[in-house]
Amino acid sequence: MAMKREITVTVNGTKYHSEVEPRLLLVHYLRDILNLTGTHIGCDTSQCGACTVLLNGESVKSCTMFAVQADGAEVTTIEGLAQGGNLNPIQEGFWEKHGLQCGFCTPGMIMASYQLLKNNPNPTEDEIRKGLEGNLCRCTGYQNIVRAVQYAADKMRESAEAPVGAGGE
Amino acid sequence: MGIAAMLGTSIKRREDPRLITGEATYVDDIKLVGMLHMAVLRSPYGHARINRINTEAARNHPGVVAVYTAEDLKGAVQAVPVAVPLGKIAEGMGVRGPLAEGKVRFYGDPVAVVIADDRYTARDARDLIEVDYEPLPAVVDVEKAMQPDAPLLYEEFGTNVPFSMHPPTDDIDKVFEETKANGGVVVKTRMVNQRVAPVPMETRGVVASYNKGEKKLTLWSSSQIPHLLRDLLSAQVGLPQHQVHVIVPEVGGGFGCKLNVYPEETVAAFASMRLGRPVKWIEDRSENLAVTIHGRDQVDYVEVAATKEGKITGLKVHGISDLGSYCQVFTDVIMIAFGFPVSCGAYDIPAIHLSADIVFTNKAATDAYRGAGRPEATYVIERAIDLVARELGKDPAEVRRINFVKPEQFPYKSAAGAVYDTGNYEGALDKALAIVGYEQLRAEQQQARAQGRLMGIGLSSYIEICGFGPKGSAPVGLYESARMKVEMSGDVMVYTGSSPHGQGEETTFAQIVAEEFTIPVDNVTILHGDTDSTPEGRGTYGSRTTAVGGSAVFEAAQRLKEKMKQIAAHMLEASPSDVTLEDGKFFVAGSPQKAVTFNEVALAANFSNTLAPGIEPGLETTVFWEPQACVFPFGTHVCVVEIDKETGEVEIKRFVAVDDCGRQLNPMLVEGQVHGGLAQGIGQAMVEGVVYGEDGQLLTASLMDYALPYAHELPHFETDSTVTPTTVNPLGVKGVGEAGTIGSTPAVANAIADALGVAHVDMPYRPNRLWEFIHQQ
Repeated sequence: MAMKREITVTVNGTKYHSEVEPRLLLVHYLRDILNLTGTHIGCDTSQCGACTVLLNGESVKSCTMFAVQADGAEVTTIEGLAQGGNLNPIQEGFWEKHGLQCGFCTPGMIMASYQLLKNNPNPTEDEIRKGLEGNLCRCTGYQNIVRAVQYAADKMRESAEAPVGAGGE
Repeated sequence: MGIAAMLGTSIKRREDPRLITGEATYVDDIKLVGMLHMAVLRSPYGHARINRINTEAARNHPGVVAVYTAEDLKGAVQAVPVAVPLGKIAEGMGVRGPLAEGKVRFYGDPVAVVIADDRYTARDARDLIEVDYEPLPAVVDVEKAMQPDAPLLYEEFGTNVPFSMHPPTDDIDKVFEETKANGGVVVKTRMVNQRVAPVPMETRGVVASYNKGEKKLTLWSSSQIPHLLRDLLSAQVGLPQHQVHVIVPEVGGGFGCKLNVYPEETVAAFASMRLGRPVKWIEDRSENLAVTIHGRDQVDYVEVAATKEGKITGLKVHGISDLGSYCQVFTDVIMIAFGFPVSCGAYDIPAIHLSADIVFTNKAATDAYRGAGRPEATYVIERAIDLVARELGKDPAEVRRINFVKPEQFPYKSAAGAVYDTGNYEGALDKALAIVGYEQLRAEQQQARAQGRLMGIGLSSYIEICGFGPKGSAPVGLYESARMKVEMSGDVMVYTGSSPHGQGEETTFAQIVAEEFTIPVDNVTILHGDTDSTPEGRGTYGSRTTAVGGSAVFEAAQRLKEKMKQIAAHMLEASPSDVTLEDGKFFVAGSPQKAVTFNEVALAANFSNTLAPGIEPGLETTVFWEPQACVFPFGTHVCVVEIDKETGEVEIKRFVAVDDCGRQLNPMLVEGQVHGGLAQGIGQAMVEGVVYGEDGQLLTASLMDYALPYAHELPHFETDSTVTPTTVNPLGVKGVGEAGTIGSTPAVANAIADALGVAHVDMPYRPNRLWEFIHQQ
C-alpha cells in the first residue's frame, strides 16, 4: 500500500490539512474525509457530472481527480455557494422553476451551470443545453433546468446592471 | 383576508431548500460509528458452474472483517421474495438465495461479499477471491431460449419457460375471417420492446445496523417501499417485523427499480446481524447497469383486423416476456398482470385474444420500470392503429377517432379486462392536433416528400392504468396510510406511508391539508420513510402516491376537521352541524364575528380540562385508504421528426404532449412529471438499450456504453393538458408519474415509420440502424 501524502486544500474558504492515499479520489476526500456530502457520485466513468465542483474557480468532475492533485488548490462545493445565508441566483432559479425532482444530480448541475454562466452570461436555450452536456438528469427531462438557468442568468444580469445606490459615488 | 385556495396552485416545493444546498441525506451520506463497508464479487460470465470459491487470501487481507458466500447464508437467509410465482416458479424455478449457489446465470450475479474497514480495502480484498468457474453456453435471445436445444438455466426443470398461456383461438379466428370476408383487412407484425436500464442518478445502497442487545435491526435503504421492505426482509432474515426498523432517507430517483427487495440489502442485514456492527453497501454504476433490474424486454406478435372504414374488429397479441435469469418481486407478472388488461388502449375493440410465454434468459432480472407493462401494451396497440391506417391509406388521427371509447361509454369495461373510470380521448387528441398544427404539418410533409426529405409525424393516443390498487388487484392489499396530528400550536404533522423520491408530495400533501383546514401551508409538515413513525404503508410506484396516498391524507383531514368542529361547537355553545370552518376560523354559519381560531381549537383539544363529555382529548387519527378501482390517465402525444438520409440522424423537430391526469393539485409538479416521463420514453425510442453478447457478456456496462439522453439531445417539449376528474377518489386525481413515458415511445415510433414510409422499424432509432435501414431499401 502506497505511503500517505500530506495535502493542504482550501474548501469553501476553510483550510484543511490531511494525510491521504495517493489513490483517494477528490470526491471521496470531500465526502468521506471532510464530510461535505453535498457532492454526489452518480457513475464511475466521468459521464454523469453529479460530482462537479469548482477547482480554483473552474468546474471539474471530482471523481476524475485525485485528492493529491488538489493540494494547494481552492475548491468550492455546493455547500459553499450560498453567501451569507443567501442563496446563489442559480440555486434560487432551480427552486423557482422546479429544476429538480430527486435532487441527486442537482449539486453537480448547479456547479456546472455556474461555469456555464461564467463563460456565457446570456446563453440561449440551445447554448444552455449544449453547455450542460456533461451532466445527466434522469428526472426532469432538462426543460426546467433550462428555465432555472435562464432565471439565474436574468437575475445575475440585473444585479450586474443595477446602478450604484445613493451614498456611493 | 382569505387564505388562497391551495389546490391547483403551483407553489414552490418544500423539499428544495435542503436539496439545492447539498444538505439532504442520501444513504451514502450516512456514517455510523464502527461502520464497515461491503463489496460484492460478481460473476464475469453470463452462465457458468461454480466449482470452487477460495476466500482465504481475502479473509487474511488487513482490514477485512469477514467474507461470506452462499454457504455462510444457508439456514440463516431465505430466498429473494417473488410476489406471484407463476407456473414452475411456484415450484422454485427462478427463485434464488441472495448469493449464487452452484451456478451463476447472468453477468453480475453476486457470488461473495467482503466486509472491511473501508470501501477501498473491501475492493482490494475482493480482487483476492478466487472462483473456479466452468463457463457454460448462454442464451440471451428470448425466442432462442424457447427452442428445445437452448442452453437451460434451470436444468432440473427441463425448459426455460416456467409459464405459458395459450387460450383457444376459435373465437378470434372467426372474427378475423368474417372481417376479411366483408372486405376488411388483417395486418400483422412482430415488434420488439427492447430491454432498457432505469439508471436513477443515485445507484442503490443500504446501511444495515443490528443492535445485538436490543435484537433490533435498523436498515437505511434507497428504496421506494419502506414498509414492504421491512415486511419482506424481516421474513428473509428471521426477525419479527417489529424488530426491523426501515428508514428511507433521500432517494435519488427510483422509476420502479427501487420497488424491490434485493440480495445486497439482505446480505448487508445478515452481515450486520452476524458481526454486530453497521454494514454499508453502495452500488457503483457498473454494478447498477448489470444487476439492478432492467425494464421492458418483450417481443410481441400482433395481428389486427379492421373493416375497410377503419373500425377495428379484433386484436390478437402474443407476448413473450424476457424475465432475465431469475425472479425479483414482480418479474413474472409485469406483462400479464399489468400490461395485458390495457391491451385495447383507448379503443373500443370488441374482440381480443391474448397469449403469453414468459422465459428465462442469461440476463439480469426484469421488473417494474416506469410504466411496468403498460408501455409495452401501449406500444403494441398504438403501432397497430398506425398499421391499420397505413393499410387502408387513412389518416392515423381519423382511425383513432373512429375507434375511441366514447365519453358516454364510461365506466368502460374493456375486452382485455380493465374497467376504465373516466375519459375524453377525442378531447385530448383535438387539443394536441391543434397545438401542433396538424393540417399544416401534413401539408409541409407533402412538400418535404416532394423534395426527397424524410419527414414523419407520429401520434400516440394512450391510456394507462394506475393508482394501485383496489381489492384483488395485487397479492397484498394496496391501500395507503396517513397518520395526522394537529399539535397544540395548530401545526399539523402528517406521516404518510407513501415514499416520494422526487415527486414532491411533501408539497402537494401539505397543499391538501392546508386547503382542508384553511390554514397556511407553512404550518403543515409531511413526513415519510420511517417505519417506526409512519403507519403500515405501501410506498410510491405505479403512479399511486397522490391518488391513493393523497386520498388517505384527505380522509384524515376530514376526520380531524369533524372532531375539531365538535370541540369548536362546544366552545361556541353551538351545535356542531351549524359550525363551519373558513379562513382558519370556526364559527356558526352566518355569524363570523363570534369565532374560535383553528389554533385555539387545537390548543383546547390537546390541553383543555373542559372538553365536552364524550370527546376524547387529542387530535390525531390514522387512516388506511383503499381505492375501489384503478384510475386511467390518458392523452395524445405528437412527434415530428426529420431523418437525415446521409447520416441516419433523427431530429425531433417538435414534441407535443397533451396529458389528462384528472385534477391537478400543483400544475408545476404535474408538468415536471410529464417532462421526466417524456425524456425516458423518448430515450428508449431514440438511443437506449441494454445489450448482451451471445455469450451473456454485458456490453452496456457503463455510461460510456449505455446511451442516455443528455440535455442537447432532447427537444423542447410543448405540454398542455385536459382535465377529466376521476370518480374513484375524493380528490378527483389520477396519476401522472408514468403517463409521459407510456405515451411518448409509440409517438416517436409512429413518426419514424411514417418518415420512412414503412410498416414498422424496431427501436432504438440510432443513426447507424436507420442508415442501414434506409440504404437497404
